[in-house]
Amino acid sequence: MIRYTLTRLTSLILSLVAASVVIFAAIEVLPGDPASVMLGVNAQEDTLAALRTELGLDQAPVERYLTWVSGMVHGDFGVSYTYRTPVAQMIVDRLQVSLPLALYALALTVLIAFPVGIWAASRRGSFADVSVMGLTQLGVAIPNFWFAMLMVLVFAINLQWFSAGGFTGWGEGPLLAIKSLTLPAIALALPQASILARVMRSALLDTLSEDFIRTARAKGLTRRQALWRHALRNAMIPVLTIIGMQFSFLLAGGIIIENVFYLPGLGRLIFQAISARDLIVVESVVMLLVFAVVMVNFMVELAYAFVDPRLRVRR
Amino acid sequence: MSDQSLSPVQASSTLWIALRSRSLILGLVLTLTFVAAALISFVWVPYDITTLDIANKIKGPSALHWLGTDHYGRDILSMIMQGARTSIAVAVLAVGIGMLIGVPLGLWAAARRGSLLDEVIMRTNDLVFAFPSLLIAVMITSAFGPSATNAIIAIGIFNIPVFARLTRSSALSLWQRDYILAARVAGKGAARISWEHILPNITNMMIVQGTIQFSLGILAEAGLSYVGLGAQPPTASWGRMLADSQTFISFAPHMALFPGLAILLTVLGLNLMGDGLRDLFDPKLRRGRT
Repeated sequence: MIRYTLTRLTSLILSLVAASVVIFAAIEVLPGDPASVMLGVNAQEDTLAALRTELGLDQAPVERYLTWVSGMVHGDFGVSYTYRTPVAQMIVDRLQVSLPLALYALALTVLIAFPVGIWAASRRGSFADVSVMGLTQLGVAIPNFWFAMLMVLVFAINLQWFSAGGFTGWGEGPLLAIKSLTLPAIALALPQASILARVMRSALLDTLSEDFIRTARAKGLTRRQALWRHALRNAMIPVLTIIGMQFSFLLAGGIIIENVFYLPGLGRLIFQAISARDLIVVESVVMLLVFAVVMVNFMVELAYAFVDPRLRVRR
Repeated sequence: MSDQSLSPVQASSTLWIALRSRSLILGLVLTLTFVAAALISFVWVPYDITTLDIANKIKGPSALHWLGTDHYGRDILSMIMQGARTSIAVAVLAVGIGMLIGVPLGLWAAARRGSLLDEVIMRTNDLVFAFPSLLIAVMITSAFGPSATNAIIAIGIFNIPVFARLTRSSALSLWQRDYILAARVAGKGAARISWEHILPNITNMMIVQGTIQFSLGILAEAGLSYVGLGAQPPTASWGRMLADSQTFISFAPHMALFPGLAILLTVLGLNLMGDGLRDLFDPKLRRGRT
């Protein structure tokens, strides 16, 4: 287990280094002069020069990269050019919306997908199975931001059960905050839950056709007992893989959903930064999101080994 | 309680196969409808969407404007037809990028399986996979400004590892087959075997995956243009139409309804078609998996 963890950890660090190089190259080196990108075409030469000094653009790219990375390792993400505040502080503020939103959506995804997938698999081929799978087909195809708009129309504008957008903040009590994240979380969760339910169902059906299930049935277990005691655990590997990928989609997808509901999260921050050409902020937020994706994949791989002891020995 | 002529197992599998082939047909019909709408829009649309008709703005569906008009009085049906063009073009090109780069990389990695090259290709793929297409689009846009081309590149880059991984894993199992051994004995090199024997055998799988990536591409394009990272005005795009409709949703829901339905139905059609094709190509899978 230790060796497995160490190998995974090495590849985690390598991925992060590679990702940071890619992000740095794409945002700071590819466009040529970041200072003129940030200030626009009409910028005065002396303002440009001042910004270049401020950003350290007079240094070589390698040096700038190292400064950026070592800053991030120490929690220093630089200072936003437009807001004049430390980027780290802005990210921490915005994460208080984005992270709970992604976790909330993930919880909903699992809470919907597991029962639906298990239910459909246990009634395979029945009318119930066919109709539930038909519904998930719709869920997979629906653009989540459009679904979000429809929910605003129905639940916020017509029924007035929820507010159409905005975030009360955690200071007003967690219940209000959770309420303002509910519609966005449902919008994010629905397509992902549909995907996960389908994966759950097919993974279960695959394991249910294995020999050890037949043995379990021969031993006298009912179909249901065999499913719960033996099939479910063995079906978890593909399900965990998908959940891991989905968390990244939920974090990144939150960027779009936050826009529908005017939530002050990372998504709003990144678009404000893009339109203000605040490359420092864009760079840091993208790096943070990629970091989250890579970390989640790492944890999923550790979870594999936890669920399936055979994997601890392999590789 | 009633005695059935078919056992439950028989009845259910018949139901599945019927539904499956029906899903292929429904998928084809939906997909072809939108492809046709896009093609027709090159020669004819009900109204010119570049002329604004403020007198008729935000009108609901009527005999004159079947799907109503938007806040500039533009005909929504015409915009959806031209938007289909953008969606399909972006998704097709993005799938093309993914296939043209991903498939050869996967074939190459499989031919040199276990080598350093294989390792480098696959690790690079893992790395690209850590960047959701939205983030790639964000990076490209912050450096070069928003455009449909950037959306194509962003979604295309995201597609590369998808095709590379699938190609490699299916090619690896083919390399174990006897007929490949025969080809090697006959003196064919790895490149020639990949081209002549591996590629034709994975084409079906690539078509199925291509259909799925195509539908994901439509969704991604819509998302990107909704947040302003995709096609720019005056190019019609479904995502942009939805973004525009948001301000008016309380009193003009039709503006949001129809472009969204267009996306939903196209994606649904492609997914159904992908499922149907997979079952058609691989009868082993005709058991109702995802």
